Amino acid sequence: MARLAVLASWSILAVSLAYLCLLFAIAYYGDKRADAGRSIIANPYIYALSMAVYCTSWTFYGSVGRAASGGMDFLPIYLGPTLTFVLWGFLLRKLIRICKAHRITSIADFISSRYGKSALLGGMVTLIAVLGITPYIALQLKAVSISFNVLVQYPDVVMPPISSKVPVLKDTAFLVALIMAVFAILFGTRNIDASEHHEGMVAAIAFESIVKLIAFLAVGVYVVFGLYDGFGDLFAAAARTPRVSALFTSSDTGYGSWPTLILLSMAAIICLPRQFQVTVVENVNEDHLKKAVWLFPLYLLIINIFVLPIAVGGLLHFPDGAVDADTFVLTVPMAERMEGLALFAFIGGLSAATGMVIVAAIALSTMICNDLVMPVLLRLNWRGLAERGDVSGLLLSLRRGSIVMVLLLGYAYFRFIGESVSLVTIGLVSFAAVAQFAPAMIGGMYWKGATRGGAILGLSLGFAMWLYTLLLPLFARSGWLPLGFVEAGPFGIELLRPYALFGLDGMDSLSHAMFWSLAANIGGYVLGSLFGRPGAMERIQAALFVDISSHAGAFGGTSFWRGSATITDLKTLLARFIGAREAGRALDGYARTHDLNLGRLREADAALVSFVERLLAGAIGAASARVMVASVAKGEVVGIEEVMKILDETSQVIEYSHRLEQKSQELENTTQELRAANERLKELDVMKDDFISTVSHELRTPLTSIRSFSEILSDNPALSIAERERFLTIIVKETERLTRLINEILDLAKMEAGRMDWHMTDTDPRVAIDEALAATSSLLAGRRIALTLEADPWLPHVHADRDRLMQVIVNLIANAVKFCHGEHGEVSILAGQLDGRFYLGVLDNGPGVPLNDRQIIFEKFQESREPTAGRPRGTGLGLAISRQIVEHFGGRIWVEDAPGRGAAFCFTLPVSRPVAVPAPGKESQEAL
Amino acid sequence: MSRTVLVVEDEANIVDSLSFLMKQAGFEVLIARDGDTAIRMMQSRPADLVILDIMLPRRDGYEVCREIRSNPDWASVRIIMLTARGRESDRRKGLQLGADAYVTKPFSTRDIVTRVQELLGPAP
Repeated sequence: MARLAVLASWSILAVSLAYLCLLFAIAYYGDKRADAGRSIIANPYIYALSMAVYCTSWTFYGSVGRAASGGMDFLPIYLGPTLTFVLWGFLLRKLIRICKAHRITSIADFISSRYGKSALLGGMVTLIAVLGITPYIALQLKAVSISFNVLVQYPDVVMPPISSKVPVLKDTAFLVALIMAVFAILFGTRNIDASEHHEGMVAAIAFESIVKLIAFLAVGVYVVFGLYDGFGDLFAAAARTPRVSALFTSSDTGYGSWPTLILLSMAAIICLPRQFQVTVVENVNEDHLKKAVWLFPLYLLIINIFVLPIAVGGLLHFPDGAVDADTFVLTVPMAERMEGLALFAFIGGLSAATGMVIVAAIALSTMICNDLVMPVLLRLNWRGLAERGDVSGLLLSLRRGSIVMVLLLGYAYFRFIGESVSLVTIGLVSFAAVAQFAPAMIGGMYWKGATRGGAILGLSLGFAMWLYTLLLPLFARSGWLPLGFVEAGPFGIELLRPYALFGLDGMDSLSHAMFWSLAANIGGYVLGSLFGRPGAMERIQAALFVDISSHAGAFGGTSFWRGSATITDLKTLLARFIGAREAGRALDGYARTHDLNLGRLREADAALVSFVERLLAGAIGAASARVMVASVAKGEVVGIEEVMKILDETSQVIEYSHRLEQKSQELENTTQELRAANERLKELDVMKDDFISTVSHELRTPLTSIRSFSEILSDNPALSIAERERFLTIIVKETERLTRLINEILDLAKMEAGRMDWHMTDTDPRVAIDEALAATSSLLAGRRIALTLEADPWLPHVHADRDRLMQVIVNLIANAVKFCHGEHGEVSILAGQLDGRFYLGVLDNGPGVPLNDRQIIFEKFQESREPTAGRPRGTGLGLAISRQIVEHFGGRIWVEDAPGRGAAFCFTLPVSRPVAVPAPGKESQEAL
Repeated sequence: MSRTVLVVEDEANIVDSLSFLMKQAGFEVLIARDGDTAIRMMQSRPADLVILDIMLPRRDGYEVCREIRSNPDWASVRIIMLTARGRESDRRKGLQLGADAYVTKPFSTRDIVTRVQELLGPAP
């Protein structure tokens, strides 16, 4: 009876609770010692033991189960961490250094912080971690509940009923979940600053690591040396049993999945939230890592020594396969009536499960609170939040709620999936999920070019692949999704089969999933980083993370504060989030170490503000802390991101000023142009002045004659008729000249202003020539001038205003008449074609035009100043007007030497209609 | 002995009118149609008064004026500048160069005769 009593359900429960209370007592003691400044965990052995939280009930029960079916296949999961610790100690060291410097509280915080304090990334990592770790927690619940249910059957060794058939409230796993939630809350959320070390928890974990190790070793030693006569005897027995010996000889098990498993566990030892918690967050001294890098692998080695022997012993003991190999650690002692050992083994398994659940729940709740809930709350209504008197209560509730939620999620998963799958399979799904963090994490520590965009892309793709190739098929296999989805692919699309995606066949499902998820993850991460452009905050964080050694002296120095906040404000803010007592204590401690008297100071200096921000960051995450401190400092805070923003703006300003320089260069050019235009205007002004003066002169000259002779006529009534006649003729001529001059000035002004009315038509130049000859005949009257016309019989038509064309010809003839030889004047007109254009030249035998004058002669009032005694004066505008007209018709006018002597004034015009050279017949007809 | 007036002007009709007016007033009239001729005529037979147009071919009125004033032999020669350019700057320039009067075209015939008579004084 006594025997039975030992393993009755109440006694098992009592022992279990007693054990958990012992753990709590250790934790409480550890915390007290820490508060008193006499840490019990500040040594590398405790540190290494706390890392052994890696060994959960997966190790305790699952490894044996795995070994019983797959031989050595249980091993890679421990080779990975060993490799990481032995080979990548430097990576862990850097990780610890970064997290200490930035007061990082979780893996989500780490990734978010590295990629520009991105709240989105933090949220994503948290979500993935929660979803990924849920199966892992389910695994622990399953292990504890099965082991409990197996143990209560003592002395019978019977597998417990399927849990999902039992109502939730009577389900052992549910009770286990609740109890563990309570303990996790007790351990992890007694105070708020998550970055402050949970020294008590670490102490308890170290203790439970010892307990589970000893329990496992005890069972191992009993099997090897109690049941058998040492290892040789055991394996000799195994060799005699074909079913057992096949495990070690058959090539079926193979080592194909080893690389995948090793890789996975190498990543997991860094990326698992609970490992991150104990290895990085809870590390008190970087130097402890030096010993831990061999102590922890040593622990793994020791705990694995007896895995295979226990598996073999179990197989030999239960040859019919009725007992689940996952329970051998428990059932072998039970079958041998070793109730004390069985109970100890149960406690060892409980210990392994509890350690994992508590640390994982604390780590996850910190992430959920700091990286998922707080950013959302702050964003939605952070003013309201900031105005609340004491938020520390809210924070605690949030964390506690998160812990309960995480465990209930684990239970739900266990209930839905857990029954049909082995412990190790469940665990590997979790490993594969958290392995998705590895690229962003490790990449972020060594590759400055990695960007937030790349991290988000990689994580999303990798996680999606994990979901599709690993988690969904598990749901299908548990009957929650149609199995056809796995076997035939969704909608029967073979290419999309989750276990043979895109036709990739022949791999085990885990390797397959790892291949696709990591390929998508790393691909997205690298490509996203290469093609994205990091923001200023990302660049500065990248530099701080990657170059942590060179920034070692600048712990927390990522803020530069301009101005300051009052100490009262800071204290109030701190009190809101971590409680008044903690806030006071923290500030007093700061004042002591910095030799400050806070009571006398009103303004906090930059270092103190940074200190408060780091404290807050521990409680609510880096991003939220920045927002809160900035709110207190009333916008006078310049954080590194602001500095970077300013720098960014500066570079924009530089670019802008560069553009400005270009603009000012353009402006300079414009100014030059304006100056030139101004000069030109001045010239024009002078010219206008000259023009008016000249016009005035030209008008006054005929007026003078008119007035003089009019007055002479008026004053001298006695003049002879002939003289009177002569004077009157002069007056009339001068009046005509005056009229002509005025008309021409007006014409010219109109033409120059573009306001001339042109009547452009298709014009026969012949007609214009004839009219011009008729109009100038009076000029020749009484002069000995020979005027000849030589024109082609067929002149091409031009597009012109006929009257104006005539005016040009008249001007040229008048000019020639004026300047031709006084005694034997000869003027000849030539008309024809020159280079396909209409050509007209007026030649005289006068003095000609000197080369220098050939340009300006066409300017206004630039008549050649050669004496023209006895000849009628021109207006000085004729050639200027002619040039305006010819140029308007698209032609050109110039002066050259006439053959022999004299000047030849010529112009050409574009032809509007080519000459239709008449057929010879027609010509002869006209000749008739 | 009647006094001589040299009319230096290139516009034929104005020469006509001036020589009529001067002859009528009892002066002997000499005519030059450009600056060079004017100087040559002064050298061969200095006039008592020169009516000098400014806009002249070859050598303009200002130059002729300067030439006359630079020769001490012609110190007593009176000069009336005659111009169609009405700008004040032109007028000042003429007077600075030593002209005795400055008459703008179109001039009053009576006025110019009076000016000539005033400058030459009553007939000796």
